[in-house]
Amino acid sequence: MNDMTLMDNTVDTQNIKIAAKDVNVHYGDSHAIKDVNVEIEDKTVTAFIGPSGCGKSTFLRCLNRMNDTIDICRVKGDILLDGEDIYDRRVDPVQLRAKVGMVFQKPNPFPKSIYDNVAYGPRIHGLARNKAELDEIVEKSLRRGAIWDEVKDRLDAPGTGLSGGQQQRLCIARAVATEPEVLLMDEPCSALDPIATAQVEELIDELRSRYSVVIVTHSMQQAARVSQKTAFFHLGNLVEFGPTGQIFTNPEDARTESYITGRIG
Amino acid sequence: MPTFWLVALLIALSAVGFYGGRRRAIATAGGDVKELHSLPSYYGYHVALAAFVPAIAALAIWLLAQPMFVETRVSGMIPSEAVPESSTLGLVMSDVRRVAEGLDLAVEQGLLTAREARNAVGGEQDLRALMGDVGVALGNEVRPEVLAAAQTYRNLSHTGRTAMTVVVALLALGGFAWAYSRSHKDFRARNVVERAVLALLILAASLAILTTIGIVLSMLFETKNFFGLHSWTDFFFGTTWAPNFRGDSDLSILPLLWGTLYISFIALLVAVPVGLFAAIYLSEYASGAVRAFAKPLLEILAGIPTIVYGLFALLTVGPALANLFSKGGLLGVEWMAGATSVLTAGLVMGIMLIPFVSSLSDDIINAVPQAMRDGSLGLGATKSETVRQVVMPAALPGIVGAVLLAASRAIGETMIVVMGAGAIAKFSANPLESMTTITTRIVSQLTGDTDFASPETLVAFALGLTLFVLTLGLNVLALYIVRKYREQYD
Repeated sequence: MNDMTLMDNTVDTQNIKIAAKDVNVHYGDSHAIKDVNVEIEDKTVTAFIGPSGCGKSTFLRCLNRMNDTIDICRVKGDILLDGEDIYDRRVDPVQLRAKVGMVFQKPNPFPKSIYDNVAYGPRIHGLARNKAELDEIVEKSLRRGAIWDEVKDRLDAPGTGLSGGQQQRLCIARAVATEPEVLLMDEPCSALDPIATAQVEELIDELRSRYSVVIVTHSMQQAARVSQKTAFFHLGNLVEFGPTGQIFTNPEDARTESYITGRIG
Repeated sequence: MPTFWLVALLIALSAVGFYGGRRRAIATAGGDVKELHSLPSYYGYHVALAAFVPAIAALAIWLLAQPMFVETRVSGMIPSEAVPESSTLGLVMSDVRRVAEGLDLAVEQGLLTAREARNAVGGEQDLRALMGDVGVALGNEVRPEVLAAAQTYRNLSHTGRTAMTVVVALLALGGFAWAYSRSHKDFRARNVVERAVLALLILAASLAILTTIGIVLSMLFETKNFFGLHSWTDFFFGTTWAPNFRGDSDLSILPLLWGTLYISFIALLVAVPVGLFAAIYLSEYASGAVRAFAKPLLEILAGIPTIVYGLFALLTVGPALANLFSKGGLLGVEWMAGATSVLTAGLVMGIMLIPFVSSLSDDIINAVPQAMRDGSLGLGATKSETVRQVVMPAALPGIVGAVLLAASRAIGETMIVVMGAGAIAKFSANPLESMTTITTRIVSQLTGDTDFASPETLVAFALGLTLFVLTLGLNVLALYIVRKYREQYD
């Protein structure tokens, strides 16, 4: 009995990676996110779906404080990562972003070699003591990005010379290289063709074993394929949040149903 | 008829053509504008252009060609023995022109009748005094052969002008009539006007190119003359610059080139870091309000005339440096003799180049996509790490191009070095000594009383051409680097 409670406790604290409470975001005068409460679990793929302009990307960017780079953006409410408020004064956004990695809508490899692209994060954060360790990190990250076999013979070639799908997997490998705990993906497949999309989706499923993945997507099929939890945003509100299967088969809210059946959005 | 009135008449005719063509086109459509192929004003423009363009082109060509034609005809009349020992055919011809002009003026002011002017021969009247009365000063008495040539000159010019008026008028009226007759509702006036616009644009573009070619050619010919008088080995490989007017000058470019490059180097040493950092601050760190205020302020620097920078060098920077480094100065050293030095000119020129470097670099840095910055910041890099490791490498080719453009401006700069650098041509590594540059020597060789046949003057063209080749090379290199290494985003 005693053992059981202990088990439950550890599961609980491990399970919730990010907890957002009453989050409000304003861009100047416009109210982009309204009282959003969400709990994102560890080692789970959470999908944010919703029509364009519903605030899902904005909310995603709150999770690693990328909105700080936008002057007119104000964030209110608490976002806890492992129980710590990331908007606390003592939290360094730069450190936070190393823990909460991000992959963007358009593949954005740096105009450097493939090796330097992946080594960028580890170099900045001093994760490798020497060249051999760095080589190891780069190889490990490229393998996790499911692109190692394609690029191992041309690590010195520029990352911008890869195809779109390869570039996006390179960017994922780059994000993975800093050993993040959470990986945020902002429509990572919207600039890719179906084959590259399938490869990236497969990769996302593999990443789940190590990281908590949050993915914003326009494609409901994609959300259904890759995620375990789904959050539906509409006009800045979090309308419904629950297991993916339930959201897609038996939504509670009428708006969610309208959206997934294609009547709105 | 004076040219002015001819042009005025052409304009008036075109204006009439505009309204005439328009009205006729509308009339052919039975007053219904929708029936026309083009808007009514296009028919008007068509007639106006047809009346104006060929006529004005003929006028321009005629005005350029007639003096040349008359000149060659008249100069053929002057026998070679009529040219005095101490003079040249060119000087005699200028006398001829002035006499012809004087006679015309005298007729205009009523001192002579047209017939008297035509029959005027030397001796009967004191032509020189008469010329003096109408404001044409002559150096000596009018000789008979000069007078005869002047009369021919007047005759030819007069006939030429009459013929010109007739030709221009005929062209204008012909164009008018032809275009007017075509102003029919089915005529595609809009397309014709479109072609005329294209021709105008091409004309403007080719004028700019032709002028450049003309400048280069004229420098090339004068440079060839110079190398006929002075050995090219001394010019390119000699080590002394010492022009004098005894005819044994040492005219070599190397000391000047050294001064030019040294001053430019110091200028870039100032301008590149300051300009680049300013650009980075403005594009990456500054908030919108600061940027809106600081960027125009920085660009005001670019609007200051270089002569003002020259004054700044002469009156502020030079004396300040002298205060530090010269005898009795604050540092107690004696490294500087006067206020003019390489450092003075280099510092001020560097200040001049700051906005140049910063505004070019700013544009280039802004062209680096935001996605690059987001990618780097998203990995937990700080702003300066992002700038140093992602933005700068991506912008580097463009920045190198900007620096090379700044270098070519520094090399060609004149006013600041005239006032700040001194006038002594020498090789020295000490930046506190006066030196001089190619541009300032061009100025000093060409100003004052100059004889355009001596190597001391002609050397200016050789210097100018070398400078031109140097800056052209830098510009080409800059463009090449920018194009070759430009990152293709999207």
